[in-house]
Amino acid sequence: MTSTDTRPPTGDAPGRPSQPTVVRRDRVVIRFAGDSGDGMQLTGDRFTSETASFGNDLSTLPNYPAEIRAPAGTLPGVSSFQVHFADFDILTPGDRPDVLVAMNPAALRANIGDLPKGGIVIVNTDEFTPRNLTKVGYAGNPLEDDSLADFQVHRVAMATLTRGALESTGLSKKDAERAKNMFALGLLSWMYSRPQGSTERFLREKFAKRPDLAEANVLAFRAGHAYGETTEAFAVVYEVAKAKLPAGTYRQITGNTALAYGIVAATHVTGLEVLLGSYPITPATDILHELSRHKAFGVTTVQAEDEIAGVGAALGASFGGRLGVTTTSGPGVALKAETIGLAVALELPLLVIDVQRGGPSTGLPTKTEQADLLQALHGRNGESPVPVIAPQTPGDCFDAVLDAVRMAVTHRTPVILLSDGALANGSEPWQVPDVAALPTVDPAFATEPNAPDGSGAFWPYLRDPGTLARPWAVPGTPGLEHRIGGLEKADGSGSISYDPANHERMVHLRAAKVAGIPVPDLEVDDPGGAAELLVLGWGSTYGPIGAAARRVRAMGRDVATAHLRHLNPFPANLGEVLGRYRAVLVPEMNLGQLASLLRSRYLVDAQSYTKMTGQPFKAEELQDVFLTHIPGAHS
Amino acid sequence: MSIDLGMPQLGGLDLVPQAEAPQTAKDFTSDQEVRWCPGCGDYAVLAAVRSFMPTLGIKRENTVFVSGIGCSSRFPYYMDTYGMHSIHGRAPAIATGLAVARPDLSVWVVTGDGDSLSIGGNHLIHALRRNVNLKILLFNNRIYGLTKGQYSPTSETGKVTKSSPMGSVDHPFNPVSLALGAEATFVGRAIDSDRKGLTAVLQAAAAHRGTALVEIFQDCPIFNDGSFDVLRSPETAPQRLIKLTDGEPIRFGPVGDDGLGTFAVVREGFGLRVAEAADVDPADVVVHDAGDVHLAFALSRLSDQDLTHTVTGVFRDVQRTTYDDAVRAQVGAARATAERAGGPDLQSVLRGADTWTVED
Ligand code: SF4
Repeated sequence: MTSTDTRPPTGDAPGRPSQPTVVRRDRVVIRFAGDSGDGMQLTGDRFTSETASFGNDLSTLPNYPAEIRAPAGTLPGVSSFQVHFADFDILTPGDRPDVLVAMNPAALRANIGDLPKGGIVIVNTDEFTPRNLTKVGYAGNPLEDDSLADFQVHRVAMATLTRGALESTGLSKKDAERAKNMFALGLLSWMYSRPQGSTERFLREKFAKRPDLAEANVLAFRAGHAYGETTEAFAVVYEVAKAKLPAGTYRQITGNTALAYGIVAATHVTGLEVLLGSYPITPATDILHELSRHKAFGVTTVQAEDEIAGVGAALGASFGGRLGVTTTSGPGVALKAETIGLAVALELPLLVIDVQRGGPSTGLPTKTEQADLLQALHGRNGESPVPVIAPQTPGDCFDAVLDAVRMAVTHRTPVILLSDGALANGSEPWQVPDVAALPTVDPAFATEPNAPDGSGAFWPYLRDPGTLARPWAVPGTPGLEHRIGGLEKADGSGSISYDPANHERMVHLRAAKVAGIPVPDLEVDDPGGAAELLVLGWGSTYGPIGAAARRVRAMGRDVATAHLRHLNPFPANLGEVLGRYRAVLVPEMNLGQLASLLRSRYLVDAQSYTKMTGQPFKAEELQDVFLTHIPGAHS
Repeated sequence: MSIDLGMPQLGGLDLVPQAEAPQTAKDFTSDQEVRWCPGCGDYAVLAAVRSFMPTLGIKRENTVFVSGIGCSSRFPYYMDTYGMHSIHGRAPAIATGLAVARPDLSVWVVTGDGDSLSIGGNHLIHALRRNVNLKILLFNNRIYGLTKGQYSPTSETGKVTKSSPMGSVDHPFNPVSLALGAEATFVGRAIDSDRKGLTAVLQAAAAHRGTALVEIFQDCPIFNDGSFDVLRSPETAPQRLIKLTDGEPIRFGPVGDDGLGTFAVVREGFGLRVAEAADVDPADVVVHDAGDVHLAFALSRLSDQDLTHTVTGVFRDVQRTTYDDAVRAQVGAARATAERAGGPDLQSVLRGADTWTVED
């Protein structure tokens, strides 16, 4: 156990007698943990920005309670932010932190179990009062007994030090201490040689209306940095070199931001204005926030009275020749189901974004899960086919939106995009796409009557023989006046029809239209070329599956991986790919929904590995699972 | 009458393109066979709307009827305009999206008492409070027709139906009171068989910029036969039916010596009461003012919903910035700001403030 001095450096600090040792690391995982009120998400976010602008590859995992302010100092009130950064391309936010920053006893207690032996713990000692310790069930003070003997512990009186640094500002004790998260950030920025300029700029912008608070936070940040520099206890500075990513311009992006940007970009690629109808719901609300700031692109946001009205307004706008979009989470999809079914019957473009969270019912609003797959595919009355698409990383959310928009507009259909809590709030470096290179989509509005009998009438359900898509005729177009609705329509003319044979035909036509949407073939990653086990995933499990496969391959074993972006329709080669392997394993954050689809569709003995903890898979955990599923592994 | 609240005065149809040539009821008649029961009040409303629409002088292709579910919600199929027969209760929400997206359309919602006051109550009140430029025709037959006769949220308490053999125990909504409570800027009421009165209210609704709720008492001869007969019969109607005219004293009943009705509406406490005109000082007779929400509310509650005294005409008609105009104004302002700066620039949004470059 390392012993450290918590005394603040005195005014005329002599400076450190010896320069710190510089240690190079290829990757580091840091977890900032504190009370919900301690600003850990902001701290983690800033560290991530510094890391991104430095040029590391990175991946983040915020983890916070559903309550806005859970009781202070309690275990349920702990909020944390984990960032993994490296000098190579990484796939996950990391399994176990190398460094844990614990702002109070609750944060220590809740997170210490994840730290490997020898890990670094940086503790804010000011909060380790008998009362706070008792609150989380510590019988004694873990900083004083030997319960942390396995770790390198730095005891830092962050609140006291911050207060000291802010003495000149005249802020109250309470206000001054609130800046202690910036002290922690400064210290970590020093330890990991992060650039500081962007954080100072950020703080001045964030607190533009309160220059005194801006100054206080900057001072606290600098004090943390200086503390690392001048305190001998911190004998080591770490360096993680820039990652060698493909050439281009990068920024850091979260999944929710990438979804919002995809929707803004949709106005550019389709030439259509967007109407977002949405009702606030965790973890999708940030998309509404972001889009409400981009009106200049022709994005209108309607904060509706409920989930149903949100999708209703979007569908109404689509009827009017706009791109209707609605954003929600699982409970909202349940409420929107009937309207999505109407969109299936109307055959109008509509984008439905489901940022999945733990269920059923209200479930775990701030935790991740993939249990809405069957809801997206089947959660409507009647035969109601809807294309379903799932992004695999935060940055990929942008491309997934544009894919979904292309399908919706070209094929006149609602499309469901399944993101999840891990993608929504997780972040990674994102190569900024070249707007001019984004492929365009032609809405191809109907302009002329089309009745095959030459009567000059307009038949709203006369399909394109290639795509089976129907014409999209918008109000204001003379001569194309027509009525559509949820009742079954006659093939072609679109008049109400209760004819049995017509209904049978229409059910098949709607199914065939969606089944015929072209999607790219599934690509398999099998560097050794000799794998007998295929691991197939979808959505946000891409990172952990890929990281686990790397570990298994590094051990000299072969494993093939493939990731499904299109859950409906499936890639045409999926059956053939599944048939190539002796064993198929499907890890999912649900009870095996994709696995059961594969089993029923392809009669393949797909094995399921599931997890429902509200947290993403860890690479270490999947590595062990892969090894046990490699055929012959036990023999 | 409209109250000027200092907002730009725009009429309900001012942004809708005008038809080049006069149109007729026939132009608004689709080729679909009308399938309501014989004698259904919906026929009269359909005929009134078909002959009224051409008088607006707007392009037929810029007219949209959106409905929910119920007998009356088949209405759009019978109009040769754009139309959507949507799902139960959701028409106001769908129409809101359409109206926000397309200021050049005249958007009409057709709904019933079950559709708008039961399953779709939430969307109705929010459309009213937002004041979206929509005209909502609420066909109130006080019964569920399409599902073959259950009590509705406007059925009188004690109504015996298939689902209430011992009489319904539900207390009914008063749709006009409800709409006023939901901040409606226009509320009117008419009776299906009164073509003149209905057309006048429709005209005022169309001219109004904002959400206009028009309650139409509609007879369902199959499941609630004769429910409004007391308002039609020459013996009973004069004593019960009060027709509002803005700026005129509220008098009704058989015509008296002064050429006005023998009954008058006068103030009493916070409300109103009906008196013999001869018994009151003419100065005490209430003069209708469609800008006075208190008066509108009191008129909506002149008697219980037993039709003892039933007010028709325009209860309230005031101007308030519409939701869709305000939303579009924000989009326009954002565009103008971006354009002054040479934008909007998608590439710079995607780049954001903090980028770094990786070289080959
Ligand atoms: S059931 Fe009643 S409301 Fe419905 S169509 Fe028949 S008469 Fe009209």
